[in-house]
Amino acid sequence: MTTRTAPAPTAPSRRSVPVRHRKRRAGALPWLFLALPLLLLAVFTYIPVISMAWYSTTSWNGVSKRMPFVGVENYVEIFTRPQLFEVFLVSLYYVVAAFLQLAVALYFATLLSFRVRFGNLFKGLLFFPYLINGVAIAFVFLYFFRPDGTLDSLLEFVGLSGHQWLGDPDTVNYSLAGVSVWRYTGLNFVLFLGAIQSIPSDLYEASDMDGATRWQQFRHIILPGIRPVVGLMSILALAGSLSVFEIPYIMTGGANGSRTFVIQTVDMAFRFDKVGLASAMAFVLLALVLLVTWVQRRLFPDDRSTTP
Amino acid sequence: MGKFRAGVAAAAVVLVAACGSDGTDTGADGKIEGKITVLTNRTDLVDTKFKEYAEQFKQLHPDVEVVFEGITDYDNEVKIRMSTDNYGDVLLIPNSITSLSDLPDYFEPLGSVSELGQKYRFVTEKAFEDKVYGLAVTGNAFGFAYNKKVWAAAGVDSPPTTPEDFLDALEAIKDKTDAVPLYTNYRNGWPLTQWQDARGSVSADPQVSNKMAADDSPWAEGKTQHTIDSLLFDVVANKLTEDDPLTTDWESSKSMIGTGQIATMMLGSWSITQLRAAAPNKDDIGYLPFPVQVDGKFHSAIAGDYKNGINIHSKNKDTARAWVDWFAEKSNFATAEGGISPLKDGPEPDTLADFAAAGVEYFEVDHAQDAVVTKIDDAAEIGLYEQTYRQGLVDAARGASGKSKQDVFDDLNTRWAEAKALVTK
Repeated sequence: MTTRTAPAPTAPSRRSVPVRHRKRRAGALPWLFLALPLLLLAVFTYIPVISMAWYSTTSWNGVSKRMPFVGVENYVEIFTRPQLFEVFLVSLYYVVAAFLQLAVALYFATLLSFRVRFGNLFKGLLFFPYLINGVAIAFVFLYFFRPDGTLDSLLEFVGLSGHQWLGDPDTVNYSLAGVSVWRYTGLNFVLFLGAIQSIPSDLYEASDMDGATRWQQFRHIILPGIRPVVGLMSILALAGSLSVFEIPYIMTGGANGSRTFVIQTVDMAFRFDKVGLASAMAFVLLALVLLVTWVQRRLFPDDRSTTP
Repeated sequence: MGKFRAGVAAAAVVLVAACGSDGTDTGADGKIEGKITVLTNRTDLVDTKFKEYAEQFKQLHPDVEVVFEGITDYDNEVKIRMSTDNYGDVLLIPNSITSLSDLPDYFEPLGSVSELGQKYRFVTEKAFEDKVYGLAVTGNAFGFAYNKKVWAAAGVDSPPTTPEDFLDALEAIKDKTDAVPLYTNYRNGWPLTQWQDARGSVSADPQVSNKMAADDSPWAEGKTQHTIDSLLFDVVANKLTEDDPLTTDWESSKSMIGTGQIATMMLGSWSITQLRAAAPNKDDIGYLPFPVQVDGKFHSAIAGDYKNGINIHSKNKDTARAWVDWFAEKSNFATAEGGISPLKDGPEPDTLADFAAAGVEYFEVDHAQDAVVTKIDDAAEIGLYEQTYRQGLVDAARGASGKSKQDVFDDLNTRWAEAKALVTK
């Protein structure tokens, strides 16, 4: 942690004039650099969010030039219709899968942070699924899961029988969550690996001399060292699980009990012309994600917030 | 907003008056010249057949340049573009515009229903307050596409006349051939929406839509929706469809029906041309009417496909109008595509020879209450023309959702009645 704090106290005493000079120019220059990103942020994030906030108080159908104002009616509807929230049960599959995915990623990141034969090859193999376009992944797995597809052929090869992985309502969500794990493990893996490699190697050497096992090194050096990254990853994993969309939407379209909250929102907006209600649902999801993040920060604060 | 709308309506009235009744060639005072942009969903024809159409049009009007813009995800993309002024001069009115009252805000009125109705079919489908906003490019009848060889191999030689006969025929196909008796195309979803178009065949009643608008329980025993959805439910429940509906694929299904791996699919008559093109022997693809007879006869509603409309912001409306009229009247597009001509005295398409042989009677559904039906449908979140509702039905039928047929119909009736009370209060 100490390495991260800027060496601020020493700076002014060293060179006072250039500092003043720098300060004067700092007035305009940073804004000049910031202008473009801020403009993009405003155009593609804040303005749409503000217009969505406005839509969420109307009963707009998405096309009409008329947007009847309905106040908080959309929000009332969301909280008085339990079936709109039932779909969050589907998210539970993805939550469990996400933590499994973190565990797998952490396991491989730890293994590959040590000297391993063909280490770079394995790193590449693990990261590569993340580079593929989500639509392509969905189509690949559609063939993978279909009857007599790749998975069934593999199972038959080892003497097991096939199964309707997507057709059976009991397995469809496991299958889809599995695809999600396959896709995102690589990203978690790379971030974990980066964090682990930033741990100074003398710590390992010292612990080796003290006779620490690999598990002890992991438990007492690696895990504390990458705690902020683990915390961040689990927040992203939870938020991601609440807003799953791409893979189930392309593979099943939300059919057969695989509908997630975002798919439901899209259906409301584009199938039933309830853009107002859908906007309100999007805001409720945003609030939920913020809430989950806040609760998680409360329950598992990272080091910097506990030290003072 | 209210003021704005009134303004547009007033402008529209003035324009209609100015255009006169028969604005085919010269319009009123506008010259047919300059460039027009035409949006189309037929990306496959944009560089071939449409180029020829533009040439033919140019022979009539030498000073005109027609530019096409083919759009793959047509309905969604154009719906978004319509929030700007820039959505071509002539465009197919997107199906995503479900509320007819929005038409006057975006499209130029082409004339009154009674006047255009003398010459053209399907004029009421995109009309609002007696004004027509689009002319159909082609038209469809509705039934089942089937592989004649497979059906003959199962010993079925004449079209089944009742749902029970139809189920028996599929059962025979399952026993005697290797084909999937009926392919639902569940995953792609939209093919399931084609079942809704069978409402004309079942009811044989032009008032079928208007009656539904006034009905509190459209899924009650014996009613049109019940008959359609029961057949789909029974077909799936008797395992006469593909094994795993979640992995179906429309593109491959097109050739599978030609090669006899699939026996039957519920599709509009527009599909026949495409299925024949994908079949090794195009004569194997036939077309069956929905298995219900009224007074001893098969019926089928006929309905327009996409309709050409004119952008209300177009800078070249007279030329746009000339193109729309020419396309409907002279281009012969409908016949070339195997569809029903938008002209009342247009030629019979050869794709519907099977329907002619079976003595199927055609009629157009009255759309007077469509706006109400759409409102109830949206409020109830059923989606008569959306895939989710029939996917749910298929799930129930194959025992994946734990619901019985009666559960599904009771639920639909309840939601419909509640939404209807809400909408028409």
